[in-house]
Amino acid sequence: MSTFKKMMEKTALPLFSNKTILISTGSDAMTEKSKTEKAKISWKSKDCLGLRGVSRDEIELVLNTARSMKEIHSRTVKKVPPLRGKVAVSLFYEPSTRTRTSFELAATRLSADVISIAASTSSVVKGETIIDTANNLRVMGTDVIIMRHNLAGAPHHLARNIDIPVINAGDGTNEHPTQALLDMFTIREHKGQLEGLTVAIVGDIIHGRVAHSDMWGLLTMGAKVRFVGPPTLIPESVKDFGVEVYHNLDEALEGVDVINMLRIQRERMTKNFFPSSKEYSRIFGLNMERLKRCKPGVLVMHPGPINRGVEIDSDVADCKSSVILEQVTNGIAVRMALLYLLVSGEKETHEKTTDSTPSLFE
Amino acid sequence: MTPEDISRSIQRMAHQIWENNASGNLALVGLRSRGVTLAKRLKPLIESMTGEEIPLGILDIALYRDDIGLTTATPQVRSTDILFDVEGKDIILVDDVLFTGRTTRAALNALIDLGRPDRVELLVLIDREGLRELPIQANYIGKALKTYSTETVLVHLQEDDGEDSVTIVLE
Repeated sequence: MSTFKKMMEKTALPLFSNKTILISTGSDAMTEKSKTEKAKISWKSKDCLGLRGVSRDEIELVLNTARSMKEIHSRTVKKVPPLRGKVAVSLFYEPSTRTRTSFELAATRLSADVISIAASTSSVVKGETIIDTANNLRVMGTDVIIMRHNLAGAPHHLARNIDIPVINAGDGTNEHPTQALLDMFTIREHKGQLEGLTVAIVGDIIHGRVAHSDMWGLLTMGAKVRFVGPPTLIPESVKDFGVEVYHNLDEALEGVDVINMLRIQRERMTKNFFPSSKEYSRIFGLNMERLKRCKPGVLVMHPGPINRGVEIDSDVADCKSSVILEQVTNGIAVRMALLYLLVSGEKETHEKTTDSTPSLFE
Repeated sequence: MTPEDISRSIQRMAHQIWENNASGNLALVGLRSRGVTLAKRLKPLIESMTGEEIPLGILDIALYRDDIGLTTATPQVRSTDILFDVEGKDIILVDDVLFTGRTTRAALNALIDLGRPDRVELLVLIDREGLRELPIQANYIGKALKTYSTETVLVHLQEDDGEDSVTIVLE
Protein backbone atom coordinates (compact mmCIF):
# COMPACT_ATOMS: atom_id res chain seq x y z
CA MET A 1 0.00 0.00 0.00
CA SER A 2 2.89 2.37 0.67
CA THR A 3 4.16 2.07 -2.87
CA PHE A 4 0.66 2.81 -4.02
CA LYS A 5 0.69 5.99 -1.97
CA LYS A 6 3.91 7.09 -3.59
CA MET A 7 2.41 6.44 -6.97
CA MET A 8 -0.55 8.60 -6.08
CA GLU A 9 1.68 11.44 -5.04
CA LYS A 10 3.42 11.34 -8.35
CA THR A 11 0.28 11.34 -10.43
CA ALA A 12 -2.04 13.49 -8.34
CA LEU A 13 -2.86 16.79 -9.97
CA PRO A 14 -4.68 19.65 -8.35
CA LEU A 15 -8.15 20.18 -9.67
CA PHE A 16 -9.20 23.72 -10.33
CA SER A 17 -12.70 24.91 -10.86
CA ASN A 18 -14.20 23.90 -14.18
CA LYS A 19 -11.00 22.40 -15.46
CA THR A 20 -10.83 18.78 -16.31
CA ILE A 21 -7.58 17.02 -15.99
CA LEU A 22 -5.65 14.60 -18.10
CA ILE A 23 -6.90 11.10 -18.10
CA SER A 24 -5.07 7.88 -18.42
CA THR A 25 -6.47 4.40 -18.25
CA GLY A 26 -5.58 2.21 -15.37
CA SER A 27 -6.81 -0.46 -13.06
CA ASP A 28 -10.48 -1.11 -12.57
CA ALA A 29 -12.68 1.22 -10.63
CA MET A 30 -12.56 1.09 -6.90
CA THR A 31 -14.55 3.33 -4.66
CA GLU A 32 -12.92 6.43 -3.24
CA LYS A 33 -13.28 4.97 0.22
CA SER A 34 -11.19 1.86 -0.26
CA LYS A 35 -8.49 3.72 -2.16
CA THR A 36 -7.83 6.27 0.49
CA GLU A 37 -7.76 3.82 3.34
CA LYS A 38 -4.41 3.19 4.93
CA ALA A 39 -2.58 -0.11 4.79
CA LYS A 40 -4.83 -2.67 6.39
CA ILE A 41 -4.01 -5.15 9.07
CA SER A 42 -5.76 -8.44 8.62
CA TRP A 43 -6.23 -11.71 10.46
CA LYS A 44 -3.52 -13.80 8.85
CA SER A 45 -4.53 -17.39 9.37
CA LYS A 46 -7.48 -19.13 7.74
CA ASP A 47 -8.53 -20.24 11.21
CA CYS A 48 -8.54 -19.16 14.81
CA LEU A 49 -7.09 -22.10 16.72
CA GLY A 50 -5.25 -20.38 19.54
CA LEU A 51 -3.53 -17.18 20.54
CA ARG A 52 -0.07 -18.68 20.56
CA GLY A 53 1.77 -17.01 17.70
CA VAL A 54 -0.97 -14.48 16.98
CA SER A 55 0.51 -10.99 16.59
CA ARG A 56 -0.34 -7.90 18.57
CA ASP A 57 -1.76 -6.23 15.46
CA GLU A 58 -4.14 -9.12 14.89
CA ILE A 59 -5.34 -9.14 18.49
CA GLU A 60 -5.87 -5.38 18.33
CA LEU A 61 -7.81 -5.78 15.09
CA VAL A 62 -10.21 -8.22 16.75
CA LEU A 63 -10.60 -6.05 19.86
CA ASN A 64 -11.21 -2.89 17.82
CA THR A 65 -13.70 -4.62 15.56
CA ALA A 66 -15.42 -6.01 18.64
CA ARG A 67 -15.88 -2.51 19.99
CA SER A 68 -17.94 -1.65 16.92
CA MET A 69 -19.85 -4.90 17.24
CA LYS A 70 -20.74 -4.10 20.82
CA GLU A 71 -22.54 -0.95 19.68
CA ILE A 72 -24.98 -3.16 17.76
CA HIS A 73 -25.90 -4.81 21.06
CA SER A 74 -27.44 -1.56 22.29
CA ARG A 75 -29.69 -1.11 19.27
CA THR A 76 -33.34 -2.06 19.07
CA VAL A 77 -32.63 -4.09 15.93
CA LYS A 78 -29.66 -6.21 17.00
CA LYS A 79 -28.79 -7.45 13.55
CA VAL A 80 -26.44 -6.41 10.74
CA PRO A 81 -26.15 -7.96 7.29
CA PRO A 82 -22.48 -8.80 6.47
CA LEU A 83 -22.74 -12.62 6.66
CA ARG A 84 -26.07 -12.93 4.89
CA GLY A 85 -26.34 -16.29 3.16
CA LYS A 86 -23.38 -17.77 5.05
CA VAL A 87 -23.71 -20.87 7.18
CA ALA A 88 -21.96 -21.36 10.50
CA VAL A 89 -21.91 -24.78 12.13
CA SER A 90 -21.12 -25.29 15.77
CA LEU A 91 -19.73 -28.74 16.31
CA PHE A 92 -19.45 -29.47 20.02
CA TYR A 93 -17.92 -32.69 21.28
CA GLU A 94 -18.10 -31.42 24.85
CA PRO A 95 -20.93 -29.82 26.82
CA SER A 96 -21.25 -26.03 26.81
CA THR A 97 -23.99 -23.47 27.25
CA ARG A 98 -22.23 -20.13 27.39
CA THR A 99 -19.76 -20.52 24.56
CA ARG A 100 -22.16 -22.22 22.19
CA THR A 101 -25.00 -19.77 22.77
CA SER A 102 -22.56 -16.90 22.46
CA PHE A 103 -21.21 -18.14 19.12
CA GLU A 104 -24.68 -18.83 17.81
CA LEU A 105 -25.96 -15.40 18.81
CA ALA A 106 -22.86 -13.80 17.31
CA ALA A 107 -23.38 -15.55 13.97
CA THR A 108 -27.11 -14.78 14.02
CA ARG A 109 -26.50 -11.09 14.65
CA LEU A 110 -24.28 -11.01 11.59
CA SER A 111 -27.18 -12.58 9.63
CA ALA A 112 -25.51 -15.97 9.11
CA ASP A 113 -27.55 -19.13 9.41
CA VAL A 114 -26.50 -21.33 12.28
CA ILE A 115 -26.63 -25.08 12.61
CA SER A 116 -25.72 -26.56 15.93
CA ILE A 117 -24.53 -30.11 16.34
CA ALA A 118 -23.86 -31.87 19.61
CA ALA A 119 -21.64 -34.89 19.12
CA SER A 120 -23.71 -36.99 21.48
CA THR A 121 -26.75 -36.82 19.18
CA SER A 122 -24.92 -37.03 15.83
CA SER A 123 -23.30 -39.69 13.65
CA VAL A 124 -20.19 -39.37 15.79
CA VAL A 125 -21.68 -42.03 18.04
CA LYS A 126 -21.75 -44.32 14.99
CA GLY A 127 -18.01 -43.95 14.64
CA GLU A 128 -17.62 -41.18 12.08
CA THR A 129 -14.27 -39.31 12.16
CA ILE A 130 -14.03 -35.56 12.74
CA ILE A 131 -12.84 -34.95 9.19
CA ASP A 132 -15.63 -37.02 7.67
CA THR A 133 -18.24 -35.23 9.73
CA ALA A 134 -16.78 -31.83 8.85
CA ASN A 135 -16.44 -32.63 5.13
CA ASN A 136 -20.07 -33.68 5.01
CA LEU A 137 -20.97 -30.36 6.58
CA ARG A 138 -18.71 -28.52 4.14
CA VAL A 139 -20.31 -30.00 1.04
CA MET A 140 -23.67 -28.95 2.42
CA GLY A 141 -22.44 -25.36 2.08
CA THR A 142 -20.96 -24.57 5.47
CA ASP A 143 -18.73 -21.47 5.55
CA VAL A 144 -17.21 -21.80 9.01
CA ILE A 145 -16.95 -24.51 11.67
CA ILE A 146 -16.87 -23.65 15.34
CA MET A 147 -15.50 -26.61 17.21
CA ARG A 148 -15.09 -27.73 20.78
CA HIS A 149 -13.42 -31.01 21.58
CA ASN A 150 -12.19 -32.76 24.68
CA LEU A 151 -8.86 -33.56 23.02
CA ALA A 152 -6.16 -30.93 22.62
CA GLY A 153 -5.34 -30.38 18.96
CA ALA A 154 -8.60 -31.68 17.51
CA PRO A 155 -9.51 -28.34 15.84
CA HIS A 156 -5.95 -28.07 14.52
CA HIS A 157 -6.27 -31.52 12.98
CA LEU A 158 -9.53 -30.51 11.34
CA ALA A 159 -8.21 -27.15 10.15
CA ARG A 160 -5.31 -28.82 8.36
CA ASN A 161 -7.68 -31.07 6.49
CA ILE A 162 -10.46 -28.73 5.43
CA ASP A 163 -10.45 -25.51 3.42
CA ILE A 164 -13.02 -23.53 5.39
CA PRO A 165 -12.21 -21.54 8.55
CA VAL A 166 -12.20 -23.44 11.83
CA ILE A 167 -12.66 -21.63 15.13
CA ASN A 168 -11.46 -23.35 18.27
CA ALA A 169 -14.12 -23.03 20.97
CA GLY A 170 -11.95 -24.93 23.43
CA ASP A 171 -9.81 -28.01 22.81
CA GLY A 172 -9.18 -30.14 25.86
CA THR A 173 -6.61 -28.56 28.12
CA ASN A 174 -4.92 -26.63 25.31
CA GLU A 175 -6.50 -23.32 24.32
CA HIS A 176 -9.76 -21.37 24.32
CA PRO A 177 -8.84 -18.32 22.23
CA THR A 178 -12.20 -16.54 22.10
CA GLN A 179 -12.45 -16.59 25.90
CA ALA A 180 -9.03 -14.95 26.15
CA LEU A 181 -10.02 -12.37 23.53
CA LEU A 182 -13.16 -11.47 25.44
CA ASP A 183 -11.15 -11.31 28.68
CA MET A 184 -8.73 -8.89 27.06
CA PHE A 185 -11.62 -6.90 25.56
CA THR A 186 -13.23 -6.57 29.01
CA ILE A 187 -9.96 -5.57 30.68
CA ARG A 188 -9.28 -3.00 27.98
CA GLU A 189 -12.75 -1.50 28.34
CA HIS A 190 -12.13 -0.90 32.04
CA LYS A 191 -8.43 -0.13 32.10
CA GLY A 192 -8.03 1.55 28.70
CA GLN A 193 -5.12 -0.64 27.69
CA LEU A 194 -3.43 -3.95 28.42
CA GLU A 195 0.19 -2.88 28.29
CA GLY A 196 1.77 -2.63 31.71
CA LEU A 197 -1.10 -4.25 33.65
CA THR A 198 -0.55 -7.15 36.02
CA VAL A 199 -3.06 -9.97 35.76
CA ALA A 200 -3.28 -12.79 38.31
CA ILE A 201 -4.74 -16.01 36.97
CA VAL A 202 -5.68 -18.19 39.90
CA GLY A 203 -6.52 -21.87 40.05
CA ASP A 204 -6.26 -24.85 37.80
CA ILE A 205 -3.53 -23.75 35.40
CA ILE A 206 -2.53 -27.19 34.20
CA HIS A 207 -6.02 -28.07 32.95
CA GLY A 208 -7.08 -24.49 32.25
CA ARG A 209 -7.25 -23.79 28.53
CA VAL A 210 -8.47 -20.30 29.39
CA ALA A 211 -5.31 -19.73 31.42
CA HIS A 212 -3.18 -20.83 28.48
CA SER A 213 -4.89 -18.60 25.92
CA ASP A 214 -4.96 -15.70 28.39
CA MET A 215 -1.25 -16.13 28.93
CA TRP A 216 -0.36 -16.03 25.23
CA GLY A 217 -2.66 -13.09 24.53
CA LEU A 218 -1.73 -11.00 27.56
CA LEU A 219 2.01 -11.52 27.13
CA THR A 220 1.74 -10.52 23.47
CA MET A 221 -0.13 -7.38 24.48
CA GLY A 222 2.54 -6.39 26.98
CA ALA A 223 0.80 -7.31 30.24
CA LYS A 224 2.40 -9.19 33.14
CA VAL A 225 0.89 -12.55 34.02
CA ARG A 226 0.97 -14.24 37.43
CA PHE A 227 -0.11 -17.86 37.72
CA VAL A 228 -1.35 -18.72 41.18
CA GLY A 229 -2.27 -22.12 42.60
CA PRO A 230 -0.99 -25.22 44.35
CA PRO A 231 2.23 -26.66 42.84
CA THR A 232 0.25 -29.68 41.65
CA LEU A 233 -1.84 -27.46 39.36
CA ILE A 234 0.95 -25.31 37.85
CA PRO A 235 3.59 -26.93 35.65
CA GLU A 236 7.09 -25.66 36.37
CA SER A 237 7.78 -25.14 32.67
CA VAL A 238 5.43 -22.13 32.38
CA LYS A 239 8.19 -19.93 33.83
CA ASP A 240 9.98 -20.30 30.49
CA PHE A 241 7.20 -18.32 28.79
CA GLY A 242 7.77 -15.29 31.01
CA VAL A 243 5.04 -15.66 33.63
CA GLU A 244 5.54 -15.41 37.37
CA VAL A 245 4.43 -18.35 39.51
CA TYR A 246 3.00 -17.95 43.01
CA HIS A 247 1.83 -20.55 45.46
CA ASN A 248 0.55 -18.03 47.98
CA LEU A 249 -2.58 -16.15 46.94
CA ASP A 250 -2.13 -13.20 49.29
CA GLU A 251 1.36 -12.53 47.99
CA ALA A 252 0.21 -12.93 44.41
CA LEU A 253 -2.65 -10.45 44.73
CA GLU A 254 -0.39 -7.64 45.85
CA GLY A 255 -0.54 -4.84 43.31
CA VAL A 256 -2.52 -6.70 40.64
CA ASP A 257 -4.95 -4.88 38.34
CA VAL A 258 -7.01 -7.90 37.38
CA ILE A 259 -7.82 -11.20 39.10
CA ASN A 260 -9.04 -14.00 36.89
CA MET A 261 -10.40 -16.89 38.96
CA LEU A 262 -10.55 -20.25 37.23
CA ARG A 263 -12.80 -23.17 37.94
CA ILE A 264 -11.32 -26.38 39.28
CA GLN A 265 -11.78 -28.77 36.37
CA ARG A 266 -12.81 -31.89 38.25
CA GLU A 267 -13.81 -33.61 35.03
CA ARG A 268 -10.24 -33.48 33.74
CA MET A 269 -8.56 -34.61 36.94
CA THR A 270 -7.35 -38.18 36.83
CA LYS A 271 -5.71 -38.10 40.24
CA ASN A 272 -5.88 -36.07 43.43
CA PHE A 273 -4.29 -32.67 42.92
CA PHE A 274 -5.31 -31.26 46.34
CA PRO A 275 -6.82 -32.76 49.50
CA SER A 276 -10.31 -31.22 49.49
CA SER A 277 -12.43 -28.47 47.97
CA LYS A 278 -12.75 -26.90 51.40
CA GLU A 279 -9.03 -26.68 51.87
CA TYR A 280 -8.55 -25.37 48.33
CA SER A 281 -11.15 -22.70 48.95
CA ARG A 282 -9.47 -21.61 52.19
CA ILE A 283 -6.03 -21.30 50.57
CA PHE A 284 -6.78 -20.31 46.99
CA GLY A 285 -10.39 -19.07 47.04
CA LEU A 286 -11.17 -15.38 46.55
CA ASN A 287 -13.16 -13.98 49.48
CA MET A 288 -14.16 -10.46 50.49
CA GLU A 289 -11.36 -10.17 53.00
CA ARG A 290 -8.73 -10.87 50.34
CA LEU A 291 -10.44 -8.60 47.81
CA LYS A 292 -10.45 -5.68 50.26
CA ARG A 293 -6.67 -5.90 50.57
CA CYS A 294 -6.27 -5.54 46.78
CA LYS A 295 -5.45 -2.39 44.85
CA PRO A 296 -8.52 -0.13 44.44
CA GLY A 297 -10.26 -0.63 41.12
CA VAL A 298 -9.15 -4.25 40.78
CA LEU A 299 -11.27 -6.26 38.36
CA VAL A 300 -12.59 -9.68 39.32
CA MET A 301 -13.12 -12.01 36.39
CA HIS A 302 -14.22 -15.60 35.92
CA PRO A 303 -14.71 -17.47 32.65
CA GLY A 304 -17.61 -19.47 34.09
CA PRO A 305 -19.18 -21.75 35.05
CA ILE A 306 -18.64 -20.57 38.63
CA ASN A 307 -18.40 -23.00 41.52
CA ARG A 308 -19.59 -20.61 44.18
CA GLY A 309 -17.86 -21.17 47.49
CA VAL A 310 -14.95 -23.08 45.93
CA GLU A 311 -12.73 -20.76 43.90
CA ILE A 312 -14.80 -17.64 44.54
CA ASP A 313 -17.23 -16.63 47.27
CA SER A 314 -20.75 -15.64 46.30
CA ASP A 315 -20.47 -12.09 47.64
CA VAL A 316 -17.27 -11.54 45.64
CA ALA A 317 -18.79 -12.92 42.44
CA ASP A 318 -21.69 -10.47 42.77
CA CYS A 319 -19.79 -7.43 44.06
CA LYS A 320 -19.04 -4.15 42.29
CA SER A 321 -15.53 -5.17 41.24
CA SER A 322 -16.87 -8.24 39.47
CA VAL A 323 -17.20 -8.03 35.70
CA ILE A 324 -18.17 -11.67 35.27
CA LEU A 325 -21.49 -10.98 33.55
CA GLU A 326 -19.99 -8.21 31.43
CA GLN A 327 -17.54 -10.82 30.14
CA VAL A 328 -20.49 -12.84 28.88
CA THR A 329 -21.99 -9.85 27.05
CA ASN A 330 -18.62 -8.95 25.56
CA GLY A 331 -18.16 -12.53 24.41
CA ILE A 332 -20.82 -12.02 21.75
CA ALA A 333 -19.14 -8.88 20.41
CA VAL A 334 -15.72 -10.54 20.27
CA ARG A 335 -17.09 -13.62 18.51
CA MET A 336 -18.96 -11.42 16.04
CA ALA A 337 -15.69 -9.66 15.28
CA LEU A 338 -13.85 -12.92 14.75
CA LEU A 339 -16.56 -14.46 12.60
CA TYR A 340 -16.70 -11.30 10.51
CA LEU A 341 -12.93 -11.23 10.04
CA LEU A 342 -12.65 -14.93 9.19
CA VAL A 343 -15.71 -15.40 7.01
CA SER A 344 -16.19 -12.14 5.13
CA GLY A 345 -12.87 -12.10 3.25
CA GLU A 346 -12.27 -13.87 -0.01
CA LYS A 347 -11.33 -17.45 0.70
CA GLU A 348 -8.60 -17.88 -1.90
CA THR A 349 -6.49 -15.17 -0.34
CA HIS A 350 -6.19 -16.88 3.01
CA GLU A 351 -2.86 -18.38 3.79
CA LYS A 352 -2.85 -21.97 4.76
CA THR A 353 -2.77 -22.18 8.51
CA THR A 354 0.73 -22.52 9.88
CA ASP A 355 -0.14 -23.46 13.38
CA SER A 356 2.39 -25.60 15.16
CA THR A 357 1.50 -28.59 17.23
CA PRO A 358 -0.61 -27.58 20.17
CA SER A 359 -0.59 -28.34 23.85
CA LEU A 360 2.34 -27.28 25.90
CA PHE A 361 1.45 -29.06 29.07
CA GLU A 362 0.68 -32.54 27.88
CA MET B 1 -10.76 22.65 -5.79
CA THR B 2 -8.78 25.13 -3.75
CA PRO B 3 -9.34 25.54 0.00
CA GLU B 4 -11.40 28.68 -0.78
CA ASP B 5 -13.57 26.78 -3.29
CA ILE B 6 -14.26 24.08 -0.71
CA SER B 7 -15.05 26.58 2.02
CA ARG B 8 -17.45 28.52 -0.25
CA SER B 9 -19.21 25.34 -1.32
CA ILE B 10 -19.74 24.31 2.27
CA GLN B 11 -21.11 27.71 3.18
CA ARG B 12 -23.48 27.70 0.22
CA MET B 13 -24.77 24.24 1.11
CA ALA B 14 -25.29 25.30 4.74
CA HIS B 15 -27.50 28.13 3.49
CA GLN B 16 -29.44 25.76 1.23
CA ILE B 17 -30.02 23.38 4.12
CA TRP B 18 -31.28 26.25 6.23
CA GLU B 19 -33.58 27.38 3.41
CA ASN B 20 -35.09 23.91 2.99
CA ASN B 21 -35.49 22.97 6.62
CA ALA B 22 -37.76 25.08 8.72
CA SER B 23 -38.93 22.08 10.74
CA GLY B 24 -36.36 22.27 13.54
CA ASN B 25 -35.93 18.51 13.41
CA LEU B 26 -32.67 18.67 11.56
CA ALA B 27 -29.84 16.24 12.28
CA LEU B 28 -26.53 15.67 10.51
CA VAL B 29 -25.09 12.21 9.97
CA GLY B 30 -21.56 11.99 8.59
CA LEU B 31 -20.24 8.91 6.83
CA ARG B 32 -16.81 7.85 8.02
CA SER B 33 -14.44 9.37 7.75
CA ARG B 34 -14.43 12.56 5.63
CA GLY B 35 -18.20 12.86 5.68
CA VAL B 36 -17.87 13.27 9.42
CA THR B 37 -15.34 16.07 8.97
CA LEU B 38 -17.64 17.83 6.51
CA ALA B 39 -20.60 17.42 8.85
CA LYS B 40 -18.55 18.90 11.69
CA ARG B 41 -17.83 21.96 9.54
CA LEU B 42 -21.47 22.33 8.49
CA LYS B 43 -22.84 22.04 12.02
CA PRO B 44 -21.74 25.44 13.42
CA LEU B 45 -22.62 27.18 10.13
CA ILE B 46 -26.20 25.89 10.19
CA GLU B 47 -26.51 26.39 13.93
CA SER B 48 -25.53 30.06 13.59
CA MET B 49 -28.44 30.50 11.17
CA THR B 50 -31.10 28.45 12.92
CA GLY B 51 -30.01 29.34 16.44
CA GLU B 52 -30.68 25.77 17.49
CA GLU B 53 -28.31 22.97 18.31
CA ILE B 54 -28.16 20.34 15.60
CA PRO B 55 -27.29 16.78 16.63
CA LEU B 56 -24.40 15.17 14.80
CA GLY B 57 -24.01 11.43 14.33
CA ILE B 58 -21.36 9.20 12.83
CA LEU B 59 -22.22 6.27 10.61
CA ASP B 60 -19.93 3.40 9.67
CA ILE B 61 -21.20 1.37 6.75
CA ALA B 62 -18.64 -1.45 6.62
CA LEU B 63 -21.14 -4.10 7.74
CA TYR B 64 -23.67 -2.97 5.13
CA ARG B 65 -21.41 -3.01 2.09
CA ASP B 66 -22.54 -5.12 -0.83
CA ASP B 67 -19.04 -6.26 -1.77
CA ILE B 68 -18.23 -8.17 1.41
CA GLY B 69 -16.66 -11.46 0.37
CA LEU B 70 -16.12 -10.20 -3.19
CA THR B 71 -13.12 -8.03 -2.54
CA THR B 72 -9.88 -9.42 -1.20
CA ALA B 73 -9.66 -7.26 1.88
CA THR B 74 -12.19 -7.42 4.67
CA PRO B 75 -13.51 -3.89 5.20
CA GLN B 76 -12.40 -2.46 8.50
CA VAL B 77 -15.32 -2.03 10.87
CA ARG B 78 -15.47 1.10 12.97
CA SER B 79 -18.21 2.25 15.27
CA THR B 80 -21.44 3.90 14.45
CA ASP B 81 -21.97 6.67 16.93
CA ILE B 82 -25.45 8.14 16.74
CA LEU B 83 -26.50 9.19 20.20
CA PHE B 84 -29.81 10.82 19.28
CA ASP B 85 -33.00 9.04 18.27
CA VAL B 86 -33.32 9.07 14.47
CA GLU B 87 -37.09 8.55 14.76
CA GLY B 88 -38.95 11.55 13.30
CA LYS B 89 -35.78 13.45 12.37
CA ASP B 90 -34.96 15.17 9.10
CA ILE B 91 -31.57 13.66 8.50
CA ILE B 92 -28.91 14.93 6.18
CA LEU B 93 -26.39 12.28 5.24
CA VAL B 94 -23.01 13.84 4.57
CA ASP B 95 -20.31 12.22 2.43
CA ASP B 96 -17.30 13.46 0.53
CA VAL B 97 -17.86 11.85 -2.88
CA LEU B 98 -20.94 10.40 -4.58
CA PHE B 99 -19.79 7.92 -7.21
CA THR B 100 -21.61 4.63 -7.83
CA GLY B 101 -24.20 5.28 -5.13
CA ARG B 102 -23.41 2.02 -3.38
CA THR B 103 -22.05 3.69 -0.27
CA THR B 104 -25.21 5.78 -0.02
CA ARG B 105 -27.34 2.65 -0.41
CA ALA B 106 -25.43 1.01 2.45
CA ALA B 107 -25.75 4.17 4.55
CA LEU B 108 -29.51 4.25 4.03
CA ASN B 109 -29.84 0.64 5.14
CA ALA B 110 -27.61 1.24 8.16
CA LEU B 111 -29.59 4.33 9.09
CA ILE B 112 -32.97 2.66 8.74
CA ASP B 113 -31.83 -0.16 11.02
CA LEU B 114 -31.59 2.48 13.74
CA GLY B 115 -35.14 3.78 13.34
CA ARG B 116 -37.49 5.61 11.01
CA PRO B 117 -36.43 9.16 10.13
CA ASP B 118 -39.08 11.49 8.70
CA ARG B 119 -36.86 12.40 5.80
CA VAL B 120 -33.35 11.64 4.60
CA GLU B 121 -31.39 13.94 2.31
CA LEU B 122 -27.92 13.54 0.88
CA LEU B 123 -25.15 16.10 0.83
CA VAL B 124 -21.87 15.49 -1.00
CA LEU B 125 -18.88 17.68 -1.68
CA ILE B 126 -18.23 16.03 -5.04
CA ASP B 127 -20.82 14.45 -7.31
CA ARG B 128 -19.25 12.27 -10.00
CA GLU B 129 -21.98 12.66 -12.57
CA GLY B 130 -23.11 9.88 -14.86
CA LEU B 131 -21.35 7.03 -13.06
CA ARG B 132 -24.18 5.89 -10.82
CA GLU B 133 -24.89 2.18 -10.55
CA LEU B 134 -28.00 2.71 -8.43
CA PRO B 135 -30.90 5.19 -8.68
CA ILE B 136 -29.50 7.61 -6.10
CA GLN B 137 -28.97 11.36 -6.26
CA ALA B 138 -27.77 14.09 -3.93
CA ASN B 139 -29.87 16.97 -2.64
CA TYR B 140 -26.90 19.24 -1.95
CA ILE B 141 -23.83 19.17 -4.15
CA GLY B 142 -20.58 21.04 -3.60
CA LYS B 143 -19.34 20.45 -7.10
CA ALA B 144 -20.41 18.16 -9.91
CA LEU B 145 -17.58 16.60 -11.91
CA LYS B 146 -17.49 14.74 -15.18
CA THR B 147 -14.97 11.96 -14.70
CA TYR B 148 -14.16 8.53 -16.06
CA SER B 149 -14.79 5.51 -13.90
CA THR B 150 -11.11 4.59 -14.20
CA GLU B 151 -10.14 7.74 -12.36
CA THR B 152 -10.25 8.32 -8.65
CA VAL B 153 -11.37 11.50 -6.97
CA LEU B 154 -9.49 12.19 -3.76
CA VAL B 155 -10.88 14.58 -1.21
CA HIS B 156 -8.40 15.79 1.38
CA LEU B 157 -9.54 17.80 4.35
CA GLN B 158 -7.43 19.74 6.81
CA GLU B 159 -8.58 17.77 9.86
CA ASP B 160 -7.84 14.34 8.33
CA ASP B 161 -5.08 14.96 5.82
CA GLY B 162 -3.50 18.29 6.75
CA GLU B 163 -4.81 20.18 3.72
CA ASP B 164 -8.00 21.06 1.90
CA SER B 165 -7.95 19.83 -1.68
CA VAL B 166 -9.81 17.81 -4.27
CA THR B 167 -7.73 15.94 -6.82
CA ILE B 168 -8.36 13.56 -9.64
CA VAL B 169 -5.87 10.75 -9.60
CA LEU B 170 -4.74 9.19 -12.84
CA GLU B 171 -3.34 5.73 -13.10
